[in-house]
Amino acid sequence: MTSQKNGFRTFLTDWGPFIIWGVILLLAPMVLSEFRLNLLGKFLTFAIVAIGLDLIWGYGGMLSLGQGLFFGLGAYFFAMHLKLESGGGRLPDFMVWSGMKELPLFWQPFASPVFAIAMVIIGPLIVAAILGYFVFRSRIQGVYFSIITQALTLIVSISLIGQQPYTGGTNGITNLSTIFGHSLADPQTQVGLYLSTVIILGVIYILARLLTRSRFGRLLVATRDDEARVRFLGYSPVTIKTTTFAISAVCASIGGALFVPQVGIISPAALDVVPSIMMVIWVAVGGRATLVGAVVGALLVNAGQSAFSEQFPNVWQYFLGALFVGAVLLFPQGVVGTYRMAFARWGARGDSAPVEEEAPEAPVTGSGRLMQEVVE
Amino acid sequence: MVGWLAQGFNGISLGSILLMISLGLAFSFGLMKVINMAHGEFIMVGAYVTYVFQNTFADMLGGVELGLWFILAIFAAFIFTGILGIILEIGLIRYLYGRPLDTLLATFGVGLVLQQAARSIFGAPNVQVVSPSWLSGGLNAGLLILPYKRLFIIALVIVLIWAIYVYLNRTAAGRRLRAVMQNREMASALGVRSRRVDALTFGLGAGLAGIAGCVLTLIGPIGPTLGTNYIVDAFMVVVLGGTGSLLGTIMAALIIGVFNSVIEFSTTATVAKALVFVMIVAFLQWRPTGLVAQRSR
Amino acid sequence: MTNILEVNKVSVSFDGFTVLNNLDFSMEQGELRFFIGPNGAGKTTMLDIITGKTKPQAGEVLFDGENISHLGEHRIVQCGIGRKFQTPSIFGSLSVFENLEAALGFRDYTPQLFGPMSAEERDLLHETLDEIGLQNRAHVRAGLLSHGEKQWLEIGMLLIQKPKLLLLDEPVAGMTRRERDRTGELLLDIIKNRSVLVVEHDMEFVRKFARTVTVLHMGNVLCEGPMDEIQNNPQVIEVYLGKAHDEVRQVSKKQVAVRRTAPQAAAVH
Repeated sequence: MTSQKNGFRTFLTDWGPFIIWGVILLLAPMVLSEFRLNLLGKFLTFAIVAIGLDLIWGYGGMLSLGQGLFFGLGAYFFAMHLKLESGGGRLPDFMVWSGMKELPLFWQPFASPVFAIAMVIIGPLIVAAILGYFVFRSRIQGVYFSIITQALTLIVSISLIGQQPYTGGTNGITNLSTIFGHSLADPQTQVGLYLSTVIILGVIYILARLLTRSRFGRLLVATRDDEARVRFLGYSPVTIKTTTFAISAVCASIGGALFVPQVGIISPAALDVVPSIMMVIWVAVGGRATLVGAVVGALLVNAGQSAFSEQFPNVWQYFLGALFVGAVLLFPQGVVGTYRMAFARWGARGDSAPVEEEAPEAPVTGSGRLMQEVVE
Repeated sequence: MVGWLAQGFNGISLGSILLMISLGLAFSFGLMKVINMAHGEFIMVGAYVTYVFQNTFADMLGGVELGLWFILAIFAAFIFTGILGIILEIGLIRYLYGRPLDTLLATFGVGLVLQQAARSIFGAPNVQVVSPSWLSGGLNAGLLILPYKRLFIIALVIVLIWAIYVYLNRTAAGRRLRAVMQNREMASALGVRSRRVDALTFGLGAGLAGIAGCVLTLIGPIGPTLGTNYIVDAFMVVVLGGTGSLLGTIMAALIIGVFNSVIEFSTTATVAKALVFVMIVAFLQWRPTGLVAQRSR
Repeated sequence: MTNILEVNKVSVSFDGFTVLNNLDFSMEQGELRFFIGPNGAGKTTMLDIITGKTKPQAGEVLFDGENISHLGEHRIVQCGIGRKFQTPSIFGSLSVFENLEAALGFRDYTPQLFGPMSAEERDLLHETLDEIGLQNRAHVRAGLLSHGEKQWLEIGMLLIQKPKLLLLDEPVAGMTRRERDRTGELLLDIIKNRSVLVVEHDMEFVRKFARTVTVLHMGNVLCEGPMDEIQNNPQVIEVYLGKAHDEVRQVSKKQVAVRRTAPQAAAVH
C-alpha cells in the first residue's frame, strides 16, 4: 500500500511539472492572440530541435554545428509536399520561372503526404548515419566533428541556392497555402498545427527522457566522459555516437517539418552556418544535459529575439554575442542547471540531504578530454 | 589545355588565399587546440583597417595610386588585429583552457560582436578599397595572362611562410613557442611562461588574419560578413593539414585550392565543394590526424 | 585443452623504436600469471596488443584458439577479455549503480539497451554491489568516491562481465595499506575460475600471490618460472640495474609513487 503511494508520489515529482506545462501549452490557444500563438508554435518547433541537440551535445559531448542542415532537410521535404499540394497539380512557380517544363523525377513522389512525412524522418536519419559512421569510425572528435558538420551544412545550403530550378534558389520554397486540404491562412488550421506541435514536442520529450534514463543514455554520458573506457567495456562508441547523431538529426528534421506550415516559407537562410550555431545557444542558455533546459532555452532565446531584434537590431546582436560568451564563461550550467544547483544547495541546508546526489551533471570538461585524445 | 593551365593557376591562387587565411588559425589551433570562430572577423577587421588606412594616410603617402600606403597598411593590419587577438586571449580564451568546444562558442560570440561593431561604425553595405595602380593588369606568360594581384598574393604568402619559418626556428620566442606546443608542462617546468607564449601566439595568429583581410581588399569589396565566406574552408584546411604543422597547412591549402578549381572547371562550384568535402572525410578515414601530424605513442 | 592465450611472435615499434620484439608466450586455462619487468620492458604495450588498442605489426594473438589480433577493442571484450586499468577508470558523472548498469549490457544489441534490465540482470547487479561492498553507496556519483572505492567499483564492473581472461594492470598501485588488503581479497575472489594475467610492480604483492612469473625485458621474455626461482635468477637481477632483489623492491616502489601522481594530475584537468 505505502509503496504504491510512494510510487505515485515519485511519479508526480518526476512528471508533475511536465504534465502541468503540457496542459498550459495545450490551453494556450484559448488565451493567446493568433499572432502570438503562431509565434509560440514556431518556438516550440525550435524546442524540438533543441532537445535533439541536447542529446548529442549535452549528453553526448559532440557539438554538432549541422543541426540547421537537418532542420532544413525536414523543412524542405515537407515544403515540397505542401508546394505540390498548394499548386494543385500545376508546376511550382519557381520552376516555371526557371523555364522548367515538367516536374523533376525526384519531386514526383512528394505529392504523396505519406512519402513526404516518411522522408522527413528517413532522409536525415540516413544522412546523419552515413556521416556519423565515417566520422566516428575514424575517431574524429571534439572540434573536428563540429567543423565537419559545419562544412556539410555550408555545402548543402550553397547547393540549395545553386540549384534554383529544383529548389527555388535563394528565395526557397514560398507561397505555401494549404496543408492536407486546409488553408494555411485559416486560424483553425494554425491552431491545429500549434496543437500538433505541442503534442509532438511532448512525445519527443518523453522519448528523449526515457532515452537518457535507459542504459543507452548512461552509455552516452559514459562515452562523453571517457570514450576509451567505453570501448574497453565492450561497446562500440561508433554505434552509440552514430545512433545518437541520427536521433538528434531526426528531431531537428521533425522540428523543421512542423516549422514550415506555420511560417509558410522555407529558404536556405534557415539552414545556413549561422542559424546552426544559434541552435547551440538555445541549449547553452537553457542548460546542457537537462532536457527541460533545452526547451526553456529555445523558448527564452527566441522570445528575446522576437521582442528585441525588430526594435533594437544593433543591441540585440551585441547581446547575442555577449550571450555566447556569458553562457560558457559564467553560466556553463545554463538557466535550469544553475536553478537546480541553487535548489540542491538550498535543500541541503534545509534537511541536510546529501548534495552529491542532486548535483547536476557538468559536461563542461568532457569535451576537453575527448579533444585531447585526438590531438595526441 | 590552356583552360586547365588557367584553372591550375587559379587553384594555386585560391590555395594561397586559403593558406593566408588558415595560417593564423593553424597557429592558435596547433598551440592551444583552440578553434577561433572569430578568426573570420579578425580578417574583416584587417580589411577595414586597410580601408581606414587608405582614407586617412593614402594622400600623405603619395596618393592611392602609388600604393606605399598599401605596404604600410599590411603592417598596420597585422599590428591592430594582433593586439586585438592578444586582448581576446587574455580577456577570455585563457579562462576556457581545456574546453575547446566552449571556446568555439565563446569566440563565435566575439565574432558576432565584432561584426555588429563593424556594422555600427562603417554601415552594413560593402565598401571598396582602391588597389594600387601597379597591381592592376597582368603578366603575359605566353598562353596565359596572370593577374598581378594574384601573383602579389602568392608572393606575399611565400614571404609570410618564410617569416614564420624563421620565427619558429631561429628566434628565442619561436623556440619557446615550439617547446610549449610539444610539451606544455615540461616547457613550464623549464621556466617558459606558457601563458605569455599563448597570448603572443594567439596575437600572431590574429595578426596573420589581419594581413589576410588586407589582401582580400585586392579581390573585391569588403563588408561586415567578409570573414564568414572564407572561414569554413579555412577550418577544413586545418582539419586536413593536421595540427601544429606548417607544412601540413601549406599542403592542405594548396590541395583544397587546386582541387576546388580543377573540379569546378569540369563541373560546378557547388559540386566541387561537395566533392572536396567527401575527399577530405575519406582521407581522414585513412589518416585521422591529417596530412602531417606530430606523432607520439 | 587449448591454451587460453597465445601470443605468437608479436612485434611492435613506434617510429622505429622497438617496444615488443618477437614476444612469444602462452597461458593455460585457469592460470594465474604475473608479469614483471623494468620500466620500458613493454608490459603495458603487451596489454594494449592483447586488448586490441595497438595492432601488432607482426605476429598474432590467439584467444581460446581464435585469432583476435584483427578485432576491434570492443569485440575483444565481448570475446571475454576484461582489462583493469592502472588508474581507476570509471565514469565520474554516473552513479555507482549506473556504472555497473553500463557494464552489464555489453553483449546486448543496441536496441536492447533502450529497454529495462531483466530481473536476473538486476539480481546480478545487486549481488555485485554486495560483493564489492558498495551497496550503501549505490546512488552516489562515482566521481565522489575515494580512490579505493573507485578501484573496487572498477573491479565490480569487470566482475559483472564475467570475463574468461582478466588482465590487471598494477591493481594495487597507489593504494593505502587497508585498501590494498581489501583489494587483495577482491582479487582473490575474481581470479577464481578464470585465467588472470597481472602486471605488477609491487614485489610484496607478487610474492604473496604469484605462482608463475614471467619477466619481460626489452620487449621480449627474459625468463619464466616460479617466484623464488626468478628471484635468484642472475639474469633477472642484472636487468634490475644489477642490484640485489631486496633493492629491486625499493626501485619498483618508487616507480609506483611516480605513476601515482602523474595520472591524477591529468585527471583533474
